[in-house]
Amino acid sequence: MRVSGKVFKYGDNIDTDVIIPARHLTSADPAHLKEHCMEDIDASFKDRVQPGDIMVAGKNFGCGSSREHAPVAIKASGISLVIASDFARIFYRNAINVGLPILECPEAISKINEGDTVEADFDTGVITDVTTGESFNAKAFPEFIKNIMACGGLVGYTGSELKA
Amino acid sequence: MPMTMTQKILADHAGLDSVAPGDLIEAKLDYVLGNDVTTPPAIKVFEQLGVKEVFDKDRVLMIQDHFTPNKDIKSAELNKTMRCFAREQNIRHYYELGRREMGIEHVIIPDNGIILPGDLIIGADSHTCTYGALGSFSTGVGSTDLACAMARGVTWFKVPEAIKVNLTGSLNEYVTGKDLILNIIGKIGVDGALYKSLEFDGEGIKSLSMDGRLTVCNMAIECGAKNGIFPVDDCTLKYISGTNPERYAKGEYKVYKADEDAEYSQVIDIDLSEIPLTVALPHLPSNIRKASECKDMKIDQVVIGSCTNGRLEDIGAAAAIFKGRKVHEDVRCIVIPGSQKVYRQALDNGWLQIFDDAGCVISTPTCGPCLGGHMGVLAKGERCVSTTNRNFVGRMGDVESEVILSGVPVAASSAILGRVGTPDEL
Ligand code: SF4
Repeated sequence: MRVSGKVFKYGDNIDTDVIIPARHLTSADPAHLKEHCMEDIDASFKDRVQPGDIMVAGKNFGCGSSREHAPVAIKASGISLVIASDFARIFYRNAINVGLPILECPEAISKINEGDTVEADFDTGVITDVTTGESFNAKAFPEFIKNIMACGGLVGYTGSELKA
Repeated sequence: MPMTMTQKILADHAGLDSVAPGDLIEAKLDYVLGNDVTTPPAIKVFEQLGVKEVFDKDRVLMIQDHFTPNKDIKSAELNKTMRCFAREQNIRHYYELGRREMGIEHVIIPDNGIILPGDLIIGADSHTCTYGALGSFSTGVGSTDLACAMARGVTWFKVPEAIKVNLTGSLNEYVTGKDLILNIIGKIGVDGALYKSLEFDGEGIKSLSMDGRLTVCNMAIECGAKNGIFPVDDCTLKYISGTNPERYAKGEYKVYKADEDAEYSQVIDIDLSEIPLTVALPHLPSNIRKASECKDMKIDQVVIGSCTNGRLEDIGAAAAIFKGRKVHEDVRCIVIPGSQKVYRQALDNGWLQIFDDAGCVISTPTCGPCLGGHMGVLAKGERCVSTTNRNFVGRMGDVESEVILSGVPVAASSAILGRVGTPDEL
């Protein structure tokens, strides 16, 4: 699976309250969540983001509460991939479970700039900054995690495994 | 590649010869657990999956404990959803209130002999990490994970690195596993073991009882750990030979040992004889002090119970302190045996009479006040010494109430003194 898109870049410790503020948790509907995604640090995000775009951030992305709403909001915004130095444990688990692709690649973070066009290949883990021409290697996911993402999350994957 | 205990259990359940930290694996689960709060949403997802039956009716555990006996209509509805599902699916480990197997999930699952050494279990409750005390791997997950695991009996894990906690010496009188784990959390902080295993080792382990080890692993999550785990020794084997004599006799358990040269991201050395009677002041479990330094803190309530300290040893320790003494006139003391078995044993041992004579109230087994649910919620400005595991803002009631965490001897002594205190003052 390959994705390609324009980069939205953020810093370290982007927490789940920033990704989707608690005041908007009254509904778990993705269409509602995407209207408020990132609004406290980047009010224009929701208007600028295009389907396929890529989020790049620093350390400990998704720290804070265990709300599954956070990866759901990012996914619903059209983001095709989040690249970070590392992710907080529960966000990491939730992202995979809801089918939001993520890659950990500390080397890439300082080199990729806001607005660059980036391509990533989940089969190899190779991330290419098309704007600067530089490539980076993230650890590729094993087959079953790729399948979870391809099925749109753990529920879809479990359904397909049960039928198999 | 040398492996830690946790890594070996994960590798075996994934059908792999070895795993390394950071590896993503898919592993077979021995047990899957949910409670009255987390199971109902999981049942919804389970139904979306279109599955007819859980993967194994003997291996899906559904325990009612958080708001039971039901505190209000909403909690009664939740419980009813779980009860109906459990009956429909013929779930073996679903217990009704008052039955001998019944109680708080993390008290009864080891004590009913369900979990044995080497087992792999996930639960939709963050304190599922408790069973590492028996040399098994157990960790908490969310409701979607629970639903999918109920359907397939499989889930995915990222293999954790480990911190080794090397114990020497032995605990002083009245000092317990609770004081030990509070000191570890105080030392490394509430995120000190984020995503990692806490693996206990060293000759000091033999001075810790099984109930003490369960308390220690119960609170591994309070420093962010994915799991806590103890090696299996004579104490473990003696415990399981009592809780499940049949499976013990048949050898239906597996003893894993960390390799001598296994890698740890950090090694913490602790001399148990140096651990003091400890409290964690509001509002974090890492905010620890010596209990003896907090004697001017007046209190309104004491809670003795929960999945951290509601076991037989805990209730017995409380009875020994209350014997022939009275609860301070300004304090309400709530004693909650963690299971129906503990309750009955306390009755047979004459402990309930001691509590009653001392002026304590005795509750049916429930989580109750631990999460501010019922049976002892605090008003604004009130302060409680509690043997539970979390003292976050508003955990036991009003956002302006305070919870001080301690082991049973400090909690019982404080109930008698009307302020934070220690047994030597009685
Ligand atoms: S006793 Fe408290 S910590 Fe334990 S399971 Fe119940 S609510 Fe959770």
